[in-house]
Amino acid sequence: MSMKPIIRVENLHKRYELGTKLGGSYSTLREDLMNALRRPFRRAGGRSHSRKRTLWALAGLSFEVSPGEVLGVIGRNGAGKSTLLKVLSRITEPTQGRVELFGRVGSLLEVGTGFHPELTGRENIFLNGAILGMRKREIERQFDQIVAFAEIEQFLDTPVKRYSSGMFTKLAFSVAAHLEPEILLVDEILSVGDAAFQKKCLGKMREVAGGGRTVLFVSHNSAAIEALCDRCLWLREGRLEADGEPIDLLRRYLTTDGAQEAATVSLSRHGGRTPGSEELMHKATLLSEDGTPTTSVRMGETFGVQVHFSRSTPLKPVFGLAFKTVTGAPLFGVNNRFVPAEQMPETAGEGVVTCWVERPPLMPGTYFLDLHFGDEYRDLDVVREALSFDVEASDVFGTGRLCPPGGGPICWGGRYQYEPNGAASGLPSIPVSQSK
Amino acid sequence: METQMAEPELLIEPQGYSRPSVSLPEKPLLVMVPSKRWVALDLRSLWTFRDLLYFLTLRDVKIRYKQTALGVAWAVLQPLLTMLIFTLFFGRVAKIPSNGHPYALFAFAGLLPWTFFANAITNSGNSLVNNAALISKVYFPRLIMPSAAVLASLVDLAVSLVLMFGLAAFYGVGMSLNILALPALILLTTLLALAVSLFFAALNVKYRDVRYALPFLVQLAMFATPIIYPISMVPQRWRWALLLNPMAGLVEGFRVSLLGGQFDLPGLELASAITIILLALGAYYFRSVERSFADLI
Repeated sequence: MSMKPIIRVENLHKRYELGTKLGGSYSTLREDLMNALRRPFRRAGGRSHSRKRTLWALAGLSFEVSPGEVLGVIGRNGAGKSTLLKVLSRITEPTQGRVELFGRVGSLLEVGTGFHPELTGRENIFLNGAILGMRKREIERQFDQIVAFAEIEQFLDTPVKRYSSGMFTKLAFSVAAHLEPEILLVDEILSVGDAAFQKKCLGKMREVAGGGRTVLFVSHNSAAIEALCDRCLWLREGRLEADGEPIDLLRRYLTTDGAQEAATVSLSRHGGRTPGSEELMHKATLLSEDGTPTTSVRMGETFGVQVHFSRSTPLKPVFGLAFKTVTGAPLFGVNNRFVPAEQMPETAGEGVVTCWVERPPLMPGTYFLDLHFGDEYRDLDVVREALSFDVEASDVFGTGRLCPPGGGPICWGGRYQYEPNGAASGLPSIPVSQSK
Repeated sequence: METQMAEPELLIEPQGYSRPSVSLPEKPLLVMVPSKRWVALDLRSLWTFRDLLYFLTLRDVKIRYKQTALGVAWAVLQPLLTMLIFTLFFGRVAKIPSNGHPYALFAFAGLLPWTFFANAITNSGNSLVNNAALISKVYFPRLIMPSAAVLASLVDLAVSLVLMFGLAAFYGVGMSLNILALPALILLTTLLALAVSLFFAALNVKYRDVRYALPFLVQLAMFATPIIYPISMVPQRWRWALLLNPMAGLVEGFRVSLLGGQFDLPGLELASAITIILLALGAYYFRSVERSFADLI
């Protein structure tokens, strides 16, 4: 299929200079002035640039996208996925190489960027639409659809600071989803909102793709990529590792690159940390029953989730896990706050907490874990989708057969009772009915 | 025969794939390559984002009046209280001359453009840093951000202008035809504020010192501008030095326009020329560092 590409990326490089400080990349005037003063002396002395470390977020990436393609981009954190989207959406410039776009670009990078809490829903729709590159007339034309899609009709003139977080994300997504560019860049949007809304978002994205628009979709959500994309790029260290059919590629990715990522995850500066969280947890590891780090567990097998935390003031650690499906639907939670036998002693400083999840009845598939860390009263640090893991099929009940899929993500063993004569009433023998 | 066989094959396409409804342009709409040191102003992309300028200005105005307890009253109180203090200390105590006008009126006519200018460059100088999330996540011509902040400050100016007319009526000072020059003076002051803001906003991204230095510099600059004193107090041979500060010429212009008198045309011409030069330099400096904003902020 030799069609003219709508996106052409050639030998793309992006270099970031990592500051010598911990805090950030911006400098103070004094530092730069001092450096400028010292420069002549240093030049005489020899090397001077060795202090600055550089990072090649993209290191020679080339690919083409045909119009109408829905392209998934996968890769572990730091592989260059977000940088690629930033370059394509003009937020940042390439250091080397060339990008050619043959269509208008719209991006769904972080839903809700530019929303102002003090402004009403109506005001934010216009502001956000304009930020995303829509003209006023375009927004006016789509206004009713945006409002209907977000399901916020009654709250249109309420400041969004009074919205629930669900309403907020719905509105934010809705504005972005009504962009009409030829090329749509999407970054991890499906990790928000409730399951029903996510389904709607997936539907909307399909509609976009079906309408002949080109979509570039970055996600950790392999199910979403598999469901939506015709083609997939796998990035590794700023280069193209593979390019092909999503199903094959995802399988390879999940067994190599993706798996390494899952066993131990750094939680410092984690993108899933909720606003207002204190950064207490800094590392999370998935452990198999014998205590070794792992990325997959067998169905019905006990496993552990371990976090390393540090806190200057003492607290009684409370650690909670929330299990979610790949589409983000919550399944169940584990939390020691409400279990008297599992209270932990008051500690300060560094600590490690491990929660053993005993024989969870999960069906084979991929799952996400939200981590909640706090004291006896409230959560102080919440990281969404901090870990993901696979459950492998196994013969849990020792029948020589596997549970058939299709019954949802949970497979519980039940206790059964049979009474030949009870069949007449159609009810199992219940003590109450017998005493009558 | 062969062509007939080939036909149906074209219809079979990968799932979820459909042909684009639009034909692609011959040349790319957008080419991204590492840019050179100096870049063109790119007025076209500014024009396509003109609605954003409107909505961001609207946002800045609304937020200011929604978030503060006193709301619009701030636009009145700030110059009014400053004027009262100045009148007390510089007018009554220090007995600084005021070109024959009541000192309060004299001071207020000077504070009017100055308060606007100072607020505009303070808000605008911090606009990029305050909107860091937006800068690092969405593309739009960055020039829009400081421009919107300057335009939003015009609302305060409008409010204090109403106050000015009330004050003039109170003192029984009638308006002359000089008032017709007011729109041009406001335009020039706005452009000057934008020019200065562009430097500070861009520098602020790289050097966070600017946030702290800016209010201090604004305060110093006030004394280098004839706000509390008339320009006639400055000895003739040093007056040119004062006029190198374009705000000096503009403030005097505002006074003449509001309170009557003779316009100092050479002074206003000099101020206009400096404003235009600063604006050109500011815009080019801003554009040349703009590409690194998202990486630094």
